[in-house]
Amino acid sequence: MNLNYVVVRLAQIVPTFFLIMVVIFVLVRLLPGDPTSAVLGIHATDEAVERINAELGLNRSIPVQFGLFFEHFLRGDLGDSIILKVPVMQLVLERLPVTLFLTAFAAMMAVILAVPMALVSAIRRDSLLDNSIRAGFQVGLSMPVFYIGIILLTFLAAKLRWFPVGGFGDSFGDNLYHLFLPALTLALSLSAVLMRNLRSSIIDVLDAEYVDFARAKGLRHRVVLGRHVLRNALISTVALFGLNIGTLFGGAVITESVFAIPGVGRLLIDSIYGRDYPVIQGLTLVLAILVCLVFLVTDLVQAWLDPRVSHS
Amino acid sequence: MTFATLTAGTIGRAIGPRWTLVAGATMLGLLILIAIAPGVFSPYDPLAFDYKAIMQPPSAAHWFGTDNFGRDILSRTIWATRVDIQIAIFSTLFPLVFGTIVGTLTGYYGGWLDAIFGRLVDLVVTFPFLVIVIAIVAVLGPGLFNMYIAVSILGWVFYAQLIRAEIRVQKQSDYAAAARVLGYGEMRLIFRHLLPNAITPAVVYLMTDMALAILLGSSLGYLGLGAQPPTAEWGVIIAEGKNFMSTAWWISVFPGIAIVVAGVSFSMVGDGLADLFRRRR
Amino acid sequence: MNGALQMPEPLLSVRGLRVAFGTPRHELVAVDGVDFDVRPGEVVGLAGESGSGKSLTLRAILRLVKPPARVSGQVLWRGRDVLRMTEPEVRGVRGGEIAMIFQEPMSALNPVLTVGTQIRENLEEHTDLDRAARQARAIELLDLVGIPAAKARIEDYPHQFSGGMRQRAMIAIALASEPQLLLADEPTTALDVTIQDQILKLILRLRRDLNMSVVLVTHDLGVIAQTCDRLAVMYAGRVAEAGPVTEIFERPRHAYTLGLLNSVPRGGVLRQPLSSIAGQPPSLSNRAPGCAFAPRCPFVVAECRAAPPPLVDIAPMHETACIQHRKVGQR
Repeated sequence: MNLNYVVVRLAQIVPTFFLIMVVIFVLVRLLPGDPTSAVLGIHATDEAVERINAELGLNRSIPVQFGLFFEHFLRGDLGDSIILKVPVMQLVLERLPVTLFLTAFAAMMAVILAVPMALVSAIRRDSLLDNSIRAGFQVGLSMPVFYIGIILLTFLAAKLRWFPVGGFGDSFGDNLYHLFLPALTLALSLSAVLMRNLRSSIIDVLDAEYVDFARAKGLRHRVVLGRHVLRNALISTVALFGLNIGTLFGGAVITESVFAIPGVGRLLIDSIYGRDYPVIQGLTLVLAILVCLVFLVTDLVQAWLDPRVSHS
Repeated sequence: MTFATLTAGTIGRAIGPRWTLVAGATMLGLLILIAIAPGVFSPYDPLAFDYKAIMQPPSAAHWFGTDNFGRDILSRTIWATRVDIQIAIFSTLFPLVFGTIVGTLTGYYGGWLDAIFGRLVDLVVTFPFLVIVIAIVAVLGPGLFNMYIAVSILGWVFYAQLIRAEIRVQKQSDYAAAARVLGYGEMRLIFRHLLPNAITPAVVYLMTDMALAILLGSSLGYLGLGAQPPTAEWGVIIAEGKNFMSTAWWISVFPGIAIVVAGVSFSMVGDGLADLFRRRR
Repeated sequence: MNGALQMPEPLLSVRGLRVAFGTPRHELVAVDGVDFDVRPGEVVGLAGESGSGKSLTLRAILRLVKPPARVSGQVLWRGRDVLRMTEPEVRGVRGGEIAMIFQEPMSALNPVLTVGTQIRENLEEHTDLDRAARQARAIELLDLVGIPAAKARIEDYPHQFSGGMRQRAMIAIALASEPQLLLADEPTTALDVTIQDQILKLILRLRRDLNMSVVLVTHDLGVIAQTCDRLAVMYAGRVAEAGPVTEIFERPRHAYTLGLLNSVPRGGVLRQPLSSIAGQPPSLSNRAPGCAFAPRCPFVVAECRAAPPPLVDIAPMHETACIQHRKVGQR
């Protein structure tokens, strides 16, 4: 893969990060409600208000505030939670890995579900098998995440006791066990989207002339499928995967709520209810940066799969 | 004559892809009918408590069973159809209109307008849609109207993107050149000639978007941020039943099926339209 | 005359090849009983307009025609019928004994794999060479087809080559395992005239160096004249006339061939109006019961419309399916 391309893409991330910080900073400042009263409550005296304002830096001008915000960010200081009274960064470090584990697990499951189904479906295009697979995934796609979640939770966990009812667990193996149902919940809709796109992609590629040329060389079916068909078909699906990461995180928020998982999603919802601005700001920032990184990775994977991207 | 056209003709004759469109449109039509006149279909008053019939499993008297207040779930689900179809329509109306206008202008004129739009798209796609919507709704206060605002703020971007891409393609086409040669004014060219052709992918997307709107609306209803109880909305009903899943599963399961049926109907119409438009090209 | 010469056995013998689509009740026959032979070292041209079924014929030989199309007939390759071989046997023939190149190198080469990889996988499938030997052979092949700086270019991707070079790369990939027959489906149609010339010369050189036969499908009579020894003219899925190129060009013995040759503009003579054949080739769904060319033929008689005229020998190695071939020969 073209090294230049990698370097350029990495460099492009920096201004995007900066832009994200500006946007989040502005958005949070635009929120109605006064953080100072949120901290102090209604019975605040004027001196107390002034003191808190000075502490939070709210009496300085906007550009200065942003400067402080940026500087603190570089030092890893995202402020303190108003409700929980601990540094936001600490909360993030405690809970973010859980959410990341869940999302990564779900993404992996989605791929494992989608790729074989897409292959079978595309090769036996328009057969009963193909139509059944597509119908099945279509139904899965139309079910809201919380619905899938409570059904799986009730029937596989509460009733049959095959899986625990929520929580995260202690060891790595225990984590996998606890997160299996939540990850499956998340994976179902994502896999439906991926499968649809991949199937379409594979169909297009199967008709391509280079597949005929590969067969004309006498290559084995497996080689043709794996090396020629899949590699080309995956290109657009990888791009789609990146675009759906935002949806995946959104779904994770709901799933964490249904399965009582101590991740960042629940924290976000609770802090939105409680108007805990430093947490909202810090979490949104971290999430946005993460999504950016995922985009970067999918771009690089795409470039690795398709040399035309990095050489143009 | 190429190999591809030969086989396509053979297969196309065997299966009629238009059945997706017809089946989907029929189901959708039925849902809309229920939404317009729920009273006609609903056996009971959705808000009526009946303490003599609490937590009844599905039976002849109550097809979908009753909840912990004795309310008939079938009736609540039927009345909720109106709310959820409304959600589908109002969540997508503004984004469609505003997005089309912005997309048309940036697609046609390009330039700095387009450059700014490009950056905006990158930004919007970066953020998790659901999270932002929840944040906006939590700040503005729960309720359907605020949800429409939240969805519209971000949602128009997707339509604008689709329309922009299509307009750019249509702009290069022969009929556009012919119209210009005939001396047609720009506004007329854009809105009477380019747009009707460019809008087809957006219409297909509209169907998917409506299905997504119902998913989003019911998710917010479930979280307590959308429609407020005692209003019957599918997500709200599911939330009301979530604590009784082991004892009275029917409260949550049936409204969920309604969501699936609605979503599948919209998707089938969308798929059918996509096929139809693809054929016309 | 070649009475004393023993004509060598044909390497490839196609008999009654038929490719049909559609339902058994409404059949669309794209290739309707094609017969021709290819002898060792021969370059046989398969000429015809688009829709004449020539490309499909090539693909049918290698069993590359996908269902729901139905292929029937006989394709005898060195005595064995390809259409009746098992799948592994066919795969051995493909690439190893018979190779095929296509018209548009940009779509025929996999864009995400290097040219080197695409050559090496051919070698892997059909030879016993180890990795180092495959790499060396791949570079050798690029050299053989005339790509400069072969060693450097072996790891390049198809889009990094220019049109003519890409076609050469495709030839290198196809010929990696030294097949005895090359099926070329309009290999020069998508190229500039100058590059076209280079590629044709390359094919002829390879024919000589690798002792290969070639079936060259094209609609360009100039290409046929430049490269082919023998020629089979196809019309509406059938062979109209087949024989040595010089004989056919001098004196065509089928009404269609005559029309075709007359329609080629001639340089260096007084300006004349261009002559063309009136009408259009029939579509797949309305084939007449008799000779397919009858509706457009200036020599047509009632007998032509009754049944499809069979291919008859009118000279050694020269056949025609035209009842009126004597009249045509006098023009």
